[in-house]
Amino acid sequence: MTIQFNDETFRDDYSFHNSAWAIKRFPFPFHEDSYMYSVNMEQHRGGPAGSIYEKRFDVDEHYLSEMRDRAMVLADDPLRCQSLPHMTLAGWDLLELIMVSKSEDYPELFELHRDGNTWRWVNKPMGIDDTFTFLDEATLPYGPLEYITRQAQGDWCVLDQRDDNLWMDAGMVTTQADWSLDFDIGMNFFEWHAPVPLAHEKGIFVRALKFLLNIQQGSPARRLNWTMTVTPLLDTSPENYHKWGIQKTTLTPENIGQKQHLRVELQTFFRLPRSNALVFPIRAYLCSFQDLMTMPKWGRRLHRVIRDLPEELATYKGFIANRPMMLDYLSKFDDGLPTSDGIWPEFESEPPLKPSADS
Amino acid sequence: MSKFEFPPSIKSRPIYGTLEPRKGPAHLLIADAVGAEAIIEVATPEMMRTAHIIYIPKGTEFSEKLRALNPAQYYEGASYAASVSRIHKVLGDAKMGLQVYLAGTEGMMGQAQLEATNAGIPHSAIQLEHRGSVARRMQCVHCKGITEDVEVDPFVCSHCGLNLFVRDHYSRRIAAYQGVCIDAEDLGNVPPSKGIYE
Repeated sequence: MTIQFNDETFRDDYSFHNSAWAIKRFPFPFHEDSYMYSVNMEQHRGGPAGSIYEKRFDVDEHYLSEMRDRAMVLADDPLRCQSLPHMTLAGWDLLELIMVSKSEDYPELFELHRDGNTWRWVNKPMGIDDTFTFLDEATLPYGPLEYITRQAQGDWCVLDQRDDNLWMDAGMVTTQADWSLDFDIGMNFFEWHAPVPLAHEKGIFVRALKFLLNIQQGSPARRLNWTMTVTPLLDTSPENYHKWGIQKTTLTPENIGQKQHLRVELQTFFRLPRSNALVFPIRAYLCSFQDLMTMPKWGRRLHRVIRDLPEELATYKGFIANRPMMLDYLSKFDDGLPTSDGIWPEFESEPPLKPSADS
Repeated sequence: MSKFEFPPSIKSRPIYGTLEPRKGPAHLLIADAVGAEAIIEVATPEMMRTAHIIYIPKGTEFSEKLRALNPAQYYEGASYAASVSRIHKVLGDAKMGLQVYLAGTEGMMGQAQLEATNAGIPHSAIQLEHRGSVARRMQCVHCKGITEDVEVDPFVCSHCGLNLFVRDHYSRRIAAYQGVCIDAEDLGNVPPSKGIYE
């Protein structure tokens, strides 16, 4: 299908919106009626047609607007994209992976023409047609990592692998769930995850690292992660927290359905061929509560998950203060009926919401 | 007396040991304030024959005792900032096998450790022992400014003036802990400051 790109904002007037298509393919992250950390990895080898899993790097209706937002974040704070000196080769690896994948997966949008090291890259939606020399930084307007990730949705962490660990040594991070690349760059896997509660004690990171260290070329993996965001703000950075934190206090029972968003990250992991680095794209999808509630299964389930979530997780994910108001809202969409297994909405087979007795 | 038992914390927070003499062709010992005591305890006559001591007194009185160890080179700096170009030079000139001993405050040790690793000294050749003040070197995540010797939580960023709370999250590359705005969700609601470990 041809993607109709939205003209929308993730700041100021927040005109971000999801089409019916985008809601239906939203990666609802809960496969059952409760949530706890797990090493929920699976192979990233496509998925149902039209789903966010189908392509290696999903392009959707928010592409152009997200890239515009990224350019604004970088203009305000160039430290959001950094690469330690030994990571330049990994940046070229990533540029190649994205260009090859996008031109093969979306030939109507992207083209890559290679003649030896002379490459021509055409990005039709963004109006880019550049010819450059592969592995020669002087022939691109930015370093290879910054050049290509200014044209690819989601955040990008490029991890060096040495001493049986992964090191956060390069990245493009403008749509993050409250962590700072500038602070965390150079840290190993356990250090940059240090602030996460409960998961260390459960051995999650030891097992996850073991898995990631063994990812092979051509065999990428994926998992979902999630948090909550009030207003569809992509740049929920610690750098700007003193500006956006106050938005959490603007929820009311009247506006919560429209203002409160579930923020889901599709995290994928690809081994890079020359550098042996691991690239870890973190692609964020936002969906308002009221749009989620159009799927009866998601309404029932989200209420149960948020209600039963351990306090530490609700605190870490930053919504402990708003949880009672969320539950007031969500409980109206939970009639107690059972839900089917798995994350897919199953709009056709899931029973519609039973009207509650007092309405 | 000057040793402090840090409470258990998250995995990015540095932990410190006790200096022990190691074999090596040369020894660089850097201390501030009562960190001098750890140098005096670890020093051996053999080590001192090829030792360079860099000491930042911060108003303490250990100069005579350190000189009495008879190191090959001895230097006293007025502050860390005043000493860093010398530290940089010494590390740059270092030969394979140099042993580095750091003792004193977290802020000094963190910065000197960063100089050492940037100079290519392997982490296995660097020892750290905390002594004295438990004040922290803090980076404001918002304006990126560093505030030295922070003893209380919350504190005011010395650059942008925001009220920051003291996290245990630590960056070796910045040699600082992270400070994050405490009243972002309720402007002006800042709890009274107290000592970081109180």
